[in-house]
Amino acid sequence: MTIDIIPIEHMQVVYDRPEALACNHTHYCPGCTHSIAHRLVAEAIDELGLREQTILVAPVGCSVFAYNYFTVDGCEAAHGRAPAMATGIKRVSPDKTVITYQGDGDLASIGIAEIIHAAARGEKITTIFVNNAIYGMTGGQMAPTTLPNQKTTSSPSGRDIASTGAPLKISELLAQIDGAVYVVRRSLHDVKHIRQAKKAILTALKVQQAGLGFGLVELLSTCPTNWGMTPVDAMHWVETAMMPYFPLGDYKIADSVHKLG
Amino acid sequence: MAREMLKGNVAIAEAAVRAGCEAYFGYPITPQTELLEYMSSRMVELGRVFLQAESEVAAINMVYGAACAGVQVMTSSSSPGISLMQEGLSYIAGSEVPCVIVDVMRGGPGLGNILPSQSDYFQVTKSAGHGDFHPIVLAPASVQEAIDFTMLAFELAQKYRHIVIIAADGQIGQMMEPAELPPMKDYPLPRPNWALTGANGREKNVITSLYLNADEEEAFNNRLQKKLALIRSVEQRSDEFATDDAELLVVGYGTAGRIAMSAVQLAREKGLKVGLFRPQTLYPFPEQRLSELAEQVDMCLVVEMNAGQMIEDVRLAVKDSIPVEFYGRMGGNIPMPDELLRVIERYYAYSAVLA
Ligand SMILES: Cc1ncc(C[n+]2csc(CCOP(=O)(O)OP(=O)(O)O)c2C)c(N)n1
Repeated sequence: MTIDIIPIEHMQVVYDRPEALACNHTHYCPGCTHSIAHRLVAEAIDELGLREQTILVAPVGCSVFAYNYFTVDGCEAAHGRAPAMATGIKRVSPDKTVITYQGDGDLASIGIAEIIHAAARGEKITTIFVNNAIYGMTGGQMAPTTLPNQKTTSSPSGRDIASTGAPLKISELLAQIDGAVYVVRRSLHDVKHIRQAKKAILTALKVQQAGLGFGLVELLSTCPTNWGMTPVDAMHWVETAMMPYFPLGDYKIADSVHKLG
Repeated sequence: MAREMLKGNVAIAEAAVRAGCEAYFGYPITPQTELLEYMSSRMVELGRVFLQAESEVAAINMVYGAACAGVQVMTSSSSPGISLMQEGLSYIAGSEVPCVIVDVMRGGPGLGNILPSQSDYFQVTKSAGHGDFHPIVLAPASVQEAIDFTMLAFELAQKYRHIVIIAADGQIGQMMEPAELPPMKDYPLPRPNWALTGANGREKNVITSLYLNADEEEAFNNRLQKKLALIRSVEQRSDEFATDDAELLVVGYGTAGRIAMSAVQLAREKGLKVGLFRPQTLYPFPEQRLSELAEQVDMCLVVEMNAGQMIEDVRLAVKDSIPVEFYGRMGGNIPMPDELLRVIERYYAYSAVLA
């Protein structure tokens, strides 16, 4: 039997690393969806030709080194303060694309004031909100998004909502704010949903380019290590446990965004 | 330019504008609020950035962001607000980006009151945030000096890529006196090559205060300490009066230093050999000149509007060579010249015994 070898000049690249994604090993655990979220953001930056004008604000959390994984200008905010830092950047550089990338502890707990007020001001920035229902970086403590009865290292018998309150639904909350023009929740647990997430990130960046107001894409994400699951089980848990509590959907699409097409 | 009647807070604000401040972020707090209010119209009128933040926490992080983007940026606050800014100040120091902070100090601790005080000396000079760093701290004693130091603050911030704090007590912020504003500087400055402006035709820029590796963190700290050592060697500033033949040296800064000046003049009228040393930089503390003076005087009397904070730096500077005494008022009380004169007379008699 002979094998036909296609000469290289006849080969076609069908999948490649986006230019906005750095050629770097990440420090993320196997099965963690931060890497997927990074790739989607990088693809969207490339597709809109924004790489050379983007400034990424990394959070405190597992994605603290996000600036190492992109080829765009980047900085490192204090825990929860990325929206304020991004505000400072955007106000003095309105022609740049400014993205904050934040976990749920960062955005929904310590940084809740900063995100609400950035949204209220209609700050023309884009927030990628990675909701993995736990504090990943510090080893799996309860987050404001931890599900009822979910076991974490600081809610060892399961989150007791009588004492800790119920999980915060950030997309629903921010959608109430006039300045927030694009607020959607997507999930990264399978290919179909990943594609939908990508589309949402693209739209969010277009919203910023058009100067329409504040945009946020919430991504339901996994933390296999701290959830104590295999990567596959973790993907399944997003669908069966997280999605019922955090329904996917478009929580705010302002008329101006509809007009963008 | 002509001298005009100016309120301290407004003078600092207009001086910042003339120094080329491109962006201001702040949150209202007495006795600093006029500064923010002035900026809210003046910056907008000039097409520059003004934003009232939701808190001092947000304000300092907006400053951090704008500084990373490479513009000259400022915020102002008063004691409790500076406490809230400390985390951000530490990140800014750890990232080596320039900014100017105005602290119009009030009585504390806690909510304290809105009266003039110098109770944040430790905070601004020694503990402006976690980690090993000191901001440059300038202490004006008049509205004119508040203007001059604001201009200087922007220069030093750019020169050293460092935080400069203008530590004005509430008296300086609130009082009106004649002063002269400088002309408008060239505006805006080009963005520096390290700034976040988009990786357009160049490698990406990253600004961070994170070094997970111990050796890298130590190397960064060594660089920061080298910068601070340079600042200590060339940026010490002070003013003095009647020190030539002084036997008792009064040491005070800001409003306390200015009132001490009146008291020293009164003492001189009575024939007492008393001089004044007035630190203008609190960090770096002007230890070089003070240690020289310590060789010629018999005693130092430190006057502050707090329980005794700068006195520690005075003691370090004179190295136990002479006694260092203290007189302070707290709670927003300002010492009066005749009150200080009585203290000076008491210690003068004592220093004569020592001599
Ligand atoms: C002021 C402050 N408090 C606490 C911490 C410790 N800390 C680091 S990351 C983190 C939680 C991050 O969790 P999350 O935002 O959910 O992101 P993840 O790691 O799950 O991606 C905490 C509490 C810190 N660095 N700074």
